[in-house]
Amino acid sequence: MLSLIWLIPLLPLAGAVLNLVLGRKFGDPRSGWVATLATGGAFLITVLVYFEMLGLEAEERTHVEVLFSWLPLGSLQVDFALLADPLSIVMALFVTGISTLIHLYAIGYMHGDAKFSKFFLYLNLFVFSMLMLVLGENLLVTFLGWEGVGACSYFLISFWHTRDSAAVAGKKAFVTNRIGDFGVMTAMFLAFSSVGSLSYGAINEAAHSGELASVTATAIAMLLFVGACGKSAQLPLYLWLPDAMEGPTPVSALIHAATMVTSGVFLMTRMNPVLHISFEWAPTVIAVVGAATALYAATIAVAQNDIKKVLAYSTVSQLGFMFLAIGSGAYVAAIFHMVTHAFFKALLFLGSGSVIHGMHHQQDMRRMGALRKVMPITGFTFIIGWLAIAGVPPFAGFWSKDEILLYVFAKSPALYVVGIVTALLTAYYMTRQVIMVFYGEARWNDHSDEHGAHGDITPHESPRVMLIPLLVLSVLSILGGAMQLPFSKKLHFLEHWLAPVVEESEAYIGKTWAYQNKYLLLLLAVVVAVTGILIAIAGYGKARFKVVEPKILEQAWNYDATVSRVVAGPGATAFNLVSWIDANIVDGIVNGVGESIRGIAGSVRRVQSGFVRTYALLISLGAVLVLAWFLLRGVLL
Amino acid sequence: MIAASTEVLSFPILSALVILPLVGAIVVSLLGKTRPEWMKLAAMTSSVATGAFSLWLLGEFKTGEAGFQFVSQHVWISQWGISWHLGVDGISLFLVVLTGILFPLVIVGIDPHHNETSYFAWMLLLQAGVMGSFLALDLFLFFVMFEIVLVPMYFLIGGWGYDQRVYAAMKFFLYTMTGSAFMLVGIIATVSLARRDLGIVTFDLIKIAEGANFSTNAARWLFVSFAIAFAVKVPLFPFHTWLPDAHTQAPTGGSVILAGVLLKMGTYGFLRFGIYLFPEAAMWARPTLFTLAVIGIIYGAIAATMQRDLKRLVAYSSVAHLGFIVLGTFALSSQAVTGAVMQMVNHGVSTGALFLLVGMIYERRHTREIAELRGIQHVAPIFAGVFTVVMLSSIGLPGLNGFVGEFLILIGSFGAARWWTVVATVGVVLAALYLLWAYQRVFHGEPDEANASFKEITAKEGMLMAVFVAIIVFTGIYPKPMLERIEPSVNSFIEHVEGKTK
Repeated sequence: MLSLIWLIPLLPLAGAVLNLVLGRKFGDPRSGWVATLATGGAFLITVLVYFEMLGLEAEERTHVEVLFSWLPLGSLQVDFALLADPLSIVMALFVTGISTLIHLYAIGYMHGDAKFSKFFLYLNLFVFSMLMLVLGENLLVTFLGWEGVGACSYFLISFWHTRDSAAVAGKKAFVTNRIGDFGVMTAMFLAFSSVGSLSYGAINEAAHSGELASVTATAIAMLLFVGACGKSAQLPLYLWLPDAMEGPTPVSALIHAATMVTSGVFLMTRMNPVLHISFEWAPTVIAVVGAATALYAATIAVAQNDIKKVLAYSTVSQLGFMFLAIGSGAYVAAIFHMVTHAFFKALLFLGSGSVIHGMHHQQDMRRMGALRKVMPITGFTFIIGWLAIAGVPPFAGFWSKDEILLYVFAKSPALYVVGIVTALLTAYYMTRQVIMVFYGEARWNDHSDEHGAHGDITPHESPRVMLIPLLVLSVLSILGGAMQLPFSKKLHFLEHWLAPVVEESEAYIGKTWAYQNKYLLLLLAVVVAVTGILIAIAGYGKARFKVVEPKILEQAWNYDATVSRVVAGPGATAFNLVSWIDANIVDGIVNGVGESIRGIAGSVRRVQSGFVRTYALLISLGAVLVLAWFLLRGVLL
Repeated sequence: MIAASTEVLSFPILSALVILPLVGAIVVSLLGKTRPEWMKLAAMTSSVATGAFSLWLLGEFKTGEAGFQFVSQHVWISQWGISWHLGVDGISLFLVVLTGILFPLVIVGIDPHHNETSYFAWMLLLQAGVMGSFLALDLFLFFVMFEIVLVPMYFLIGGWGYDQRVYAAMKFFLYTMTGSAFMLVGIIATVSLARRDLGIVTFDLIKIAEGANFSTNAARWLFVSFAIAFAVKVPLFPFHTWLPDAHTQAPTGGSVILAGVLLKMGTYGFLRFGIYLFPEAAMWARPTLFTLAVIGIIYGAIAATMQRDLKRLVAYSSVAHLGFIVLGTFALSSQAVTGAVMQMVNHGVSTGALFLLVGMIYERRHTREIAELRGIQHVAPIFAGVFTVVMLSSIGLPGLNGFVGEFLILIGSFGAARWWTVVATVGVVLAALYLLWAYQRVFHGEPDEANASFKEITAKEGMLMAVFVAIIVFTGIYPKPMLERIEPSVNSFIEHVEGKTK
């Protein structure tokens, strides 16, 4: 079975090709079923591979499948090869699993869209690219997937491309990601020039054996982190992700919450031996950027009114948590949180999609309220997602967040404080969202402060095809924590599973104060979560105090606006200046020289100076051409 | 590079590749008056036959061999040691094939609208000249071919171009001819200096490159004289300003050929003549050329971003792309040079396709102004889809052809030109910026009245573009067949350079 891993990405690719050729014929909803089956098939095969791997000894759980030689060129030999190992299979499992659910959901959500089959074509293409990313045996195959998911993300963000905001957001996502890709590319150049290979095995082996110098390792790790900041929306490159919400909601759930945006975390984990031998400040940089992003995005989320924007900033914040884990040497915790986050954030996004669907494309939470009554299943599952992300035990998010915080405490109590404050804010803004959407008074038809009058709307529950994925994801959001429970070493399933991949680099915290008092920290985390929830209930539910939503937070600290101003102002001016110089100076000189030669040529002819030879040369060339011209003219005309 | 293949095909295929289109040009011009209805058929036949021969050549080409194959050598002017000396190796093979394929596509696929006879005759003459340039192993023959190319291109721009065509054609002609004048002086000086070492007067490239021993100083001067001609042709910053004018004013077919193969005569010339003849001088000039190449990459991309005319935008993108090729050419590692050769072909395919698509937009809307276009994807989704694939190839998306060349160039140049390469990589970011921004303005949004009737791609256009898309995807996923044909020649080329510079 292991040698059949190429089937995992091939199925979604086949689905995409099928929908490219026959999509219009399949139509709505059949093309959606084709795509769902392709992804579901990939999931099944991944499960089979997983079980086969489970039967093997831990050291034998690595299998490289070379499909063909991709770039064979002298010292550079890059194979188109896939790698099945504990890490890639964990990734493939949750990517295919969640993709299948979201495909299913999208059949309902996208029903009636004019480009229904195209949507599923892109979605399948995305899954293919994502699987290449996680299953790649070397940096280049991963990069193929990395850019592929970027392109699909671009197609899907601007899916409704007649809307200018969607078109702009798509472009912004692609270009911002490209800035990160600069880092990934230069990291590859550096890896090749120092190790002579792009394969993970070879690079990580060089890191183990000491062949790779710390200074080079640091540079590679930091450059890859630049790429990770782009793809995984960290400061200062996160800008594109909130705008990416222009895409249809299944896209936000799949690409911009559960899978693609975690690529950076995956890449850093994949290269953990390199990061491990880097200078000590390198992981600290990652931890600090992660913590800063987590806190920063959480502060913004508390003042958003668009149901999807809250979740988008929340995603940025949670990704920050994962990088905080990576920087603290908690690779297992990072992957753990990546998976649980995929469960509950996909659930929340799909839930918000169900709300948007039921509310006839209303996304403003100020126009919602009391929806749990008309959308009971959506409301129920959303509440589970909320408890999971808020960090309430025993839901999945609690365990993974707590595991991260434990390692962070061991690394730096200061970063722990940032983490715990973020956790408080998370509980707060998610509670705020749940109250605004599902509780309180119904504000659906409140037009008091609206300029254009809309017809009254009657929210309705979504069709079954959309509700089933919600139910499955809520089960996962409840039970997901069981992968890795803190009570006994035996319950550290994920840690044992990933051990062969991260063993050497995983921070050892057994002797730290944090570890010895882990139940105290656990308790503190519960207290913090409950506090956040209670404050929000007091403010939004019971109106015990007047809530403040500072304008600056609503406008995301004006960062995006400032960047836009710089790009449109000085940036555009500088570019225009280059363009002007080209037209007027570089080309101006050329035309000037042309003019003056004409003048000089005239005088030379009279004085017969030393230019004679050059001149004669030009004459003879000219003569040849004139001759040719007459000859050809005679022939042709 | 020395050892010419002993295996000789009984049929002089290389000579046929040059002569066939030439004969076609003559037949076309003769038929034009007497049998106009057969004229187009003759044009198509000769270009398609040339294309078929080039594919046959590809099939017969011996993989893994470094030397010249199918060599054809006949004395032309014996007292000057000039001969009709043609040969193909891994470096020129795919350029020859590209020339073979691109011309019939243009001739069959694009309607010149008026004066068909002379249009087709010029096109075929152009094909002969380009073929000759890529095949010539004799300095004199190369020069003649290199110059012949100017004449048809001049008339194609001047005769079938747009509003400013006369200015653009004249500028193209004078600028590139001035460059060539330096090369002519260089060639004559090279031959006369080489005579001292060789004892004979010969224009034979291989004899001079392997046997002559120029003084350092002389070699540098000679290299510069060749380099000027090639730098203008490429074009390398700051000699590029003829290109946007020529491209914008040229008819679609002219632009496709110009970008597709003509510019490659410059980068190919650097490899085949500049570096091969004067390795030490080339190493000496390397930092300058790296710098100009990298400036071109960034500068071309920035200028492209701000263009209002879609065709001008693509033209500036060529300046950027050709910068990558020059960088790789002079980095002189196996990966970089192979990547550069590959990118010469890839750029020809992607940018050729882009010019075709822009031409189709012009045919429909009679404008190339980005501001006048809007929402085309909504009314012509298949056209937009094809444009997207070509655009992503030009941006260098992995899995498509553009990436392979660009990546090999960059990873291969990183060793010899680290910081230049890092700056060049910024160009990859900018490529996404200018193309996606243009795409957004032209294809996205709600189409206004003028664009609402934009016609979807026709069957003929679709078939034409399918060829390009197929090459784009195949090369991106499976470049091995190309790489293994290019690499041996590149390696022996690098050995030659290293041997001479030790």
